[in-house]
Amino acid sequence: MTLLTVDGVWKRYGDHDVLKGVDLTVDSHEVVCLIGASGSGKSTLLRCVNLLETVDDGAILLDGADITDVRADPDDVRKRIGIVFQAYNLFPHMTVLDNITLAPRKVHGVGRAQAEEQARELLTRFGLESKARDYPDRLSGGQQQRVAIIRAIATQPRLLLLDEVTSALDPTLVNEVLGVIRELKESGMTMILATHEMGFARDIADTVCFLADGVLLERGHPDQIFGSPQHPRTREFLSRT
Amino acid sequence: MTTAWVKSDRQKEREKLLRAQGRRSVSAATISTIVVAGLVVFGLLASPGWPRVRETFFSWDALVASLPDILRGFLLNVVIFLVAEPIVLVLGLGVALVRGLRSPVFFPLRALAALYTDVFRGIPVVLLIYLVGFGVPALQLQGVPSDPVVLGTIALILSYTSFVAEVFRSGIDSVHPSQKAAARSLGLSHGQTMRYVVVPQAVRRVVPPLLNDFASLQKDSALVAMLGPLEALRQAQIHAAEMFNYTPYVAAALLFVALTVPLARFTDHLAARAARQRGGAT
Ligand SMILES: Nc1ncnc2c1ncn2[C@@H]1O[C@H](COP(=O)(O)OP(=O)(O)OP(=O)(O)O)[C@@H](O)[C@H]1O
Ligand SMILES: [Mg+2]
Repeated sequence: MTLLTVDGVWKRYGDHDVLKGVDLTVDSHEVVCLIGASGSGKSTLLRCVNLLETVDDGAILLDGADITDVRADPDDVRKRIGIVFQAYNLFPHMTVLDNITLAPRKVHGVGRAQAEEQARELLTRFGLESKARDYPDRLSGGQQQRVAIIRAIATQPRLLLLDEVTSALDPTLVNEVLGVIRELKESGMTMILATHEMGFARDIADTVCFLADGVLLERGHPDQIFGSPQHPRTREFLSRT
Repeated sequence: MTTAWVKSDRQKEREKLLRAQGRRSVSAATISTIVVAGLVVFGLLASPGWPRVRETFFSWDALVASLPDILRGFLLNVVIFLVAEPIVLVLGLGVALVRGLRSPVFFPLRALAALYTDVFRGIPVVLLIYLVGFGVPALQLQGVPSDPVVLGTIALILSYTSFVAEVFRSGIDSVHPSQKAAARSLGLSHGQTMRYVVVPQAVRRVVPPLLNDFASLQKDSALVAMLGPLEALRQAQIHAAEMFNYTPYVAAALLFVALTVPLARFTDHLAARAARQRGGAT
């Protein structure tokens, strides 16, 4: 079943076209990896899906409803989509537990006791139960990103967007974060992730999309994209990484 | 589990040296303070005008005669400060938040807030106290307060709110934009984002400059004297004029200092703590 449809999305900053008519469909439980050179528009696409940027043309449909409709309520859309950025995700003045329970309590109206219980379950599931009362600056980078992912899924979003969540991390910390993403895939979470970790993309993705200069040049099964890329630019990009 | 830590001889030696160093710096500080203070006192006492200065500025009799009144006046200063400060904080934060509203509906409010901060930061406090203190009663409006203490306090609030609003605004601007994006992407509304994420971080950052403004407000409460109420400075003026002696002024000054110094130390303490926290953060 199709969960998300990106239909001819354009995005322009000044006179620079960053996305030039991107089409993309994502099915429920599908994991899509966006790859492409720096500046190709991966983050911009994710930010458009989460309505942190307004599209200049085209439409984005979630569950069949147009979320780019000017009459749609962005806050309501964002309740159904989680996003984790590269860095600066957590709120430094709140404990791990408060970071995770903020949105369930204030946006979804869950009681404190119940929200905390759910948060602790998630923390235990990802091996962070001992950190519940710590402030983010006491955590390693990998632990911070894992908490950020937990916070994003605590509201049970339909779709999770991950924007290079490991690129600010020390290589030794990357694996613990990738492990969390792998576990989420197993539990059936629908995800779009922008990543520079080609090995990981190949391993986890159902579909890989190659973006170049705001155009989605090629999409396909990871074995096909990494094994026998069709487009010369895909070939060139993969040979460099 | 791991074995218990037994301090090595090397560590014991290191700690002994550190303690010795600590003792040496304390004694060095004590000696140099005594020497400097001694030189200053000696310089004062040896100057030819000292006996006269002592008589007019540091007269014990004048102090004893004026201190009760000045103290009573000073209580009024404290009350003015205690009333004005919380109001300034609340209004200042409000003005800063209004200036951060993005919706076009709020344009008039936003423009008004900007105009207010621009104008009131420009007017000297002394002038504002005159304008409010003498101008408002002259309007002879019904229900408008005419008590000079109230009017003076209002003038102080008007002036300081404009400064404090800008302090809050700079604090709000200093919160990294991705914090706002992270909050919005969790589904929090603009109001919730400000309330739970941005403002708490902003307030923590601006505590030291705010305390600085507190200290300033507290001493500017003396300017209300110009409207006539018998606060510390006014009492000192009266006694000085009666006795042809300036000791009451010195007494009033000392009272203000006695209140400002703890505030200043507290500011330093908070600033140092904030610096330590930032050092530890990633
Ligand atoms: N707010 C903005 N204003 C102007 N230009 C922007 C803005 N955000 C992004 N851009 C530009 O859009 C282009 C695409 O940026 P984007 O962040 O989407 O790239 P990316 O594929 O995520 O790159 P990276 O792999 O380095 O994260 C870049 O050229 C960037 O400079
Ligand atoms: Mg990016």
